[in-house]
Amino acid sequence: MTLPSATLLAQAVLSGLFTGALYGLLGLGLSLSWGMLRQINLSHFALAFLGAYLTYELAGRHGVDPLLTLVFIVPVFFAIGAGLHALLARFQVSPFNSLLVTFGITVIVEAALQWFWTADYRRLESVYAEHRLRLGPLFLPVPELITLGLAVGLTLAVWLALARTDVGKAMRAASQDAPVAAAFGVNQGALALALSGLNAALAGVAGVCIALVYTLTPSQIYAWIGVVFACVMLGGLGRPLGPLVAGCIIGITEALTMAVAAPSWAPLVSFSLLILVLLVRPGRLA
Amino acid sequence: MRIDRRTFVAAAGALGASVLVRPQPAAAQPAGTPIRIGSTLALTGPLSATGLVHKLTGEIYVDSLNKRGGLLGRPVEWVLKDDQSKPDLARTLYEQLVTADKVDLLIGPYATGAILSAMGVAQRYNKTLVHHTFGIPKLAKYSQQFPAWSLGPEPEKTTPAMVLDALAASGKPPRTIAVVTSKFPSVHFVALGAREVARQRGLKEVLFLEWDFGNRDFGPIAGRLKEANPDFIWNGALGLEGSQLLDAMKKIDYAPLHHFYHFPSPAPMLKAPEANGALATTIFEGHPPFTDNPVAAEFVKTYRERATQANMPDTAVETQAAASFSAWQIIEAAVVATKGLDDKAMADWLRANRVDTIQGKLRFDGPNNYGDDLSKIKQVQDGKWLTVWPKEWAAPGARLRTRGVTS
Repeated sequence: MTLPSATLLAQAVLSGLFTGALYGLLGLGLSLSWGMLRQINLSHFALAFLGAYLTYELAGRHGVDPLLTLVFIVPVFFAIGAGLHALLARFQVSPFNSLLVTFGITVIVEAALQWFWTADYRRLESVYAEHRLRLGPLFLPVPELITLGLAVGLTLAVWLALARTDVGKAMRAASQDAPVAAAFGVNQGALALALSGLNAALAGVAGVCIALVYTLTPSQIYAWIGVVFACVMLGGLGRPLGPLVAGCIIGITEALTMAVAAPSWAPLVSFSLLILVLLVRPGRLA
Repeated sequence: MRIDRRTFVAAAGALGASVLVRPQPAAAQPAGTPIRIGSTLALTGPLSATGLVHKLTGEIYVDSLNKRGGLLGRPVEWVLKDDQSKPDLARTLYEQLVTADKVDLLIGPYATGAILSAMGVAQRYNKTLVHHTFGIPKLAKYSQQFPAWSLGPEPEKTTPAMVLDALAASGKPPRTIAVVTSKFPSVHFVALGAREVARQRGLKEVLFLEWDFGNRDFGPIAGRLKEANPDFIWNGALGLEGSQLLDAMKKIDYAPLHHFYHFPSPAPMLKAPEANGALATTIFEGHPPFTDNPVAAEFVKTYRERATQANMPDTAVETQAAASFSAWQIIEAAVVATKGLDDKAMADWLRANRVDTIQGKLRFDGPNNYGDDLSKIKQVQDGKWLTVWPKEWAAPGARLRTRGVTS
């Protein structure tokens, strides 16, 4: 067996980093929803693909720059997220039942995507797709760099907002002990609506990145659930930096596994890591 | 045995003249109780992109059949259910079709897993099952199943042999090979066959990799291919995997000399400039000599119109639609020949006779009712899939191109 070259290993690390960044971006909203709102929101993945298809429609068919679609997608998805939370709150849906309800929403969104865009494959031919940067022998594709930039930027922004701003602190207080937070004047209901809107907007941003990098088909919604859940659990629920860090670790480990061993072993990595963390740090999910 | 172009065109022309193209006397309107033909298709779920191809093809055929007078003078009704790309659900729905809907005849779903499920039900009720695209012939044990996809009984030998024959005649025959493949059953066993055939022909294998179906990151696989730098890549790719690997190779500035993709999604691959030169198998393409057959030409035209109306991005007829159309042709031929709907009689007739289809004359007297492997090789050339091998089936003016080699 010949050893892989340093170039191959470095390119694999980059490839894993890019994939992991998307895991992290998808996991960010899911983690906040699960950890701070106690909603296991499976429809997060459906919203991401709805965002991807809207990007495809606006950029691919109407000539809008894919990144400019964010101007439309972010506020619309914020409203969708807030509306979804209002619905779940109105019927006092428990965390476990939120899993079932949002799975149902996912199926409905998938059917809607198929109705509008058919089940056939859709590929966004964006202006960014043909561009890449070169770093010595290494290649850095621009769509993946955009994804990495958005994932890192948004993760840091959310982390800072939750850690340093009054609104962020109020959100954390409300998620930890809502009655006590309310006693201090925190409007838990409004903050929950805002947080749910933020999570949906983050799903929309992830959708733009998916459209930039991947070919779309409605059933792909389900292909991301397992590994992103692993990222969220590894990163810790409600911790903004966690999914990105865990996503990059999983992405890079998977890519290195493919580069030095059999690619078919790669899917084992994320879940092996998850089991290992649960064994070593069983309180990680708390 | 292979069917040459002349025989095919003559047979197809005779068939076509008798059905679609020749100005026909007004067909008698079908009357009486409809003949109900039941099936499932993957109308939703991961296989639904291709399922819609089969749905559209079936609708076109049944419309045409009823305009031509139906079957046995009776109208034909297609009872179609959505198996959601789930083989277990396909089994349940075929049970329903036989026991509750009491359909007269069965036609298969598409995709190997669902067809296996349907085959089990058909066997339980002694129903004849003509199916569309079953990928693993050795698993088709039921005596009353009939494949519409002319793969031959041993595609793990015949497909690699055909591909390597074509490359041997190219401007730069390969001396080294990399076999990379999905572990999806329908492509995996043929990839293993390709390793064996390549070894027998003296090609040096420089890389063998397998990935699980659903893999998202093809970057490291592309990197390993670039380092191995084979003359020929056999890619046991299914669906989008071919496009994903091509994209990953482009991102690291690697363009292979010869590259073959087993079952790619044809439309996405056409849109990628880096796919130029990519090879794949086919049983039918929407260009001459296939469309010298008037039935085929009419089908290609109608399919394109209806697919456009249905907002399907890919409006070209190729293997999936052709196999689907052939399945309906096989059922029609068997009913007409036996003058009835008796499953056993139809099965006996099919095993003893050949059926004219748009992919050629099919026979069902080989192992597991498989006949000749009628596969051809197509190549992406300037944004189009063109058949290039065997030469007598090549699109007009088309020949196998090799990157960097002037033909």
